[in-house]
Amino acid sequence: MTDTQKSESSSGSIWTNERARGIVSQVLLVGGVIAVVWFLVSNTNTNLEKVGLELGFGFLADQAFFEINQNLIEYSSTSTFGRALLVGLLNTLLVSVLGIITATIVGFVMGVLRLSSNWMVSRMAGVYVEGIRNVPLLLQIIFWWTILSGLPRVANSLSIGNAIYLNNRGVRFPAPVMEPGMGFVIVTAIIGLMVAMIISGWATRRRVATGQGFPIIWINLLLIFMFPVLLFLMLGRPLSFDMPVPGRFNFSGGINITPELVALWWALTLYTGSFIAETVRAGILAVSRGQTEAAYALGLPPGLTMRKVVIPQALRVIVPPLTSQYLNLTKNSSLAIVVGYQDLVSVGNTVLNQSGHSIEIVAIWLVVYLSLSLATSAFMNWYNSRIALVEQ
Amino acid sequence: MKIVKITTALAFAGMSVMGAASVSQAATLADVQAAGVLKCGINTGLPGFAYTNDAGEWIGFDAAYCKALAAAVLGDPDAVEYHNLTGANRFPALSSGEIDALSRNTTWTFSRDVDLGFTFVGVIYYDGQGFIGRKSLGISSATELDGASVCIQTGTTTELNLADFFRSNGISYEPVPIETNEEARVAYLAERCDVYTTDASGLAATKSTFEDPENHMVFPEIVSKEPLGPLVRQGDDEWADIARWTLNVLINAEELGVTQANVRSMAEGTNNPEINRMLGSEGSLGAYLGLRADWAVDVIAAVGNYAELFERYLGVNTALGLARGQNALYKDGGILYAPPMR
Repeated sequence: MTDTQKSESSSGSIWTNERARGIVSQVLLVGGVIAVVWFLVSNTNTNLEKVGLELGFGFLADQAFFEINQNLIEYSSTSTFGRALLVGLLNTLLVSVLGIITATIVGFVMGVLRLSSNWMVSRMAGVYVEGIRNVPLLLQIIFWWTILSGLPRVANSLSIGNAIYLNNRGVRFPAPVMEPGMGFVIVTAIIGLMVAMIISGWATRRRVATGQGFPIIWINLLLIFMFPVLLFLMLGRPLSFDMPVPGRFNFSGGINITPELVALWWALTLYTGSFIAETVRAGILAVSRGQTEAAYALGLPPGLTMRKVVIPQALRVIVPPLTSQYLNLTKNSSLAIVVGYQDLVSVGNTVLNQSGHSIEIVAIWLVVYLSLSLATSAFMNWYNSRIALVEQ
Repeated sequence: MKIVKITTALAFAGMSVMGAASVSQAATLADVQAAGVLKCGINTGLPGFAYTNDAGEWIGFDAAYCKALAAAVLGDPDAVEYHNLTGANRFPALSSGEIDALSRNTTWTFSRDVDLGFTFVGVIYYDGQGFIGRKSLGISSATELDGASVCIQTGTTTELNLADFFRSNGISYEPVPIETNEEARVAYLAERCDVYTTDASGLAATKSTFEDPENHMVFPEIVSKEPLGPLVRQGDDEWADIARWTLNVLINAEELGVTQANVRSMAEGTNNPEINRMLGSEGSLGAYLGLRADWAVDVIAAVGNYAELFERYLGVNTALGLARGQNALYKDGGILYAPPMR
């Protein structure tokens, strides 16, 4: 910065040339950044050498010796540190994906309701948005966890048909167990779904081209559900359920959704949803009033006007800020540690402690969150360009 | 690999901004004396070991060791800057040079001593991991805990011991990981878990804060060896010696009957040469350490001997109510044994 200012007073030929000046200042800037980075790296390496620490990721193959209470893939205390981190990563992805889905739904509904002409409805949505987004997320996570810990104790679990049990250690419900033959049913359903998508694409093109309709819904329902269900019955129902059974301390069997996951998920949903609601409201308001009026003039009912005219145009305004909300949600999921939800950060902390390789673990955290964010951005940018106005 | 190295180095650089910028390896003693203050890592709060008194000062069994070390090195037990550290950040704090010594109920293990590059200077408290549960569970042994939910503090050796214990007994459990002792207490009282596990001394400390301690019991099983001790960075033997012999002085003082009250008069000379060597009226042990001849007098005058420390912070007359047990002197049936001062 100072170089460019100085340059104006000096009279050398290079300073009077705007282009040369620009190049010089950029070179200086890049040089400065490289120098700072070099200093940090060499300083770290020197200090590490002094302490006698070696960097390396070999420890990831060592045995972990600790348990994780929510594992989406096979894991036990005899697994490796690397696998423990993978389990943590999957837990992060689980809560992030769940959170993104529900936050989007909550956000869109609340954003639209806030614009409702019904005074009561719009004020309720307003209270939600202002109330939730102005309270720190950390407190909200703890709040939900505290509420959930007030659920009945295990001995007095609420039960639905002796199949689903609710207590302060989570919701436990029957787990589906696939028996031989179930694979065929699933494959049939997937093939049906793909064929259905192809048919619906073909039907849309035909309607656009010729104006002829096609009973797409019935055909596709048949494809997606009828054949798999028939096959399922023919194979003698190759699916059973692992039912929760009360034990001495806890229920065993079935799938348990822990209160930690639910508290984190709800808090992330409501918090991010309140921001998305504002984004959606802004997007809708950005669509000019004339569009709605034109749609009404053509005789479109309000619901259809919203879906077919306003929202598609509003999406172009909504999607870019929505991307950063999704990124925020994913990164905020690392607050999981306060309630002991074992996400990547929580598991990484344990690995860090057991192995002592703090630098490597921190590097893994940085790289993973960076990759997750970049992947989300890339997807959202692709989606954004797909819905962008095609100008001719 | 180069990229990996650079990335990891960058990550560390970020962390080292929080800590000290430079790690001085060789001359910790000179650094501490030049600074005039000892930077000592203690717990974020654990009754008996590190807690605040009414005046807001950090006291406790672990904090007293910091005072003793400051008295030895600087002659002033109050020249301590306490750093409250969690299970997770205690080791980076020590290796980065943010603190000079760590006295935070830390278990001496092979990997910490060898792989992490620290030197444990001795054992200040022999502990072991136990379980606390409600009496209403109707069980008398931790081996009956098949299928139970267990609250556990993350980032500690207890996590490994717990997995080992259940695996070796062929029983299963649901771990409920918690970040701090205080949160674990809340979760346990809310019956989020059936039992809480940590070091037996910590269980006693936690139980002392319950409203109804009589309804809870500590199970008889001690599932691990937890020798807790102070530690310093590896590679500065002079500093490690000072830390080690400060601890040994506390234990030897109990054995030789030197107390906070009588240390000044004994320092003038006794007819026991061992006491005279320790307190500096004979020989030159202090000079070997690079300290004053009467360094041990300052240590004992500041905090008392091991027995006095134990009674003051952990003993039967405190809220923790711990018996000496293994932590009695070898003469009294315990395993506390310090090398002689000669």
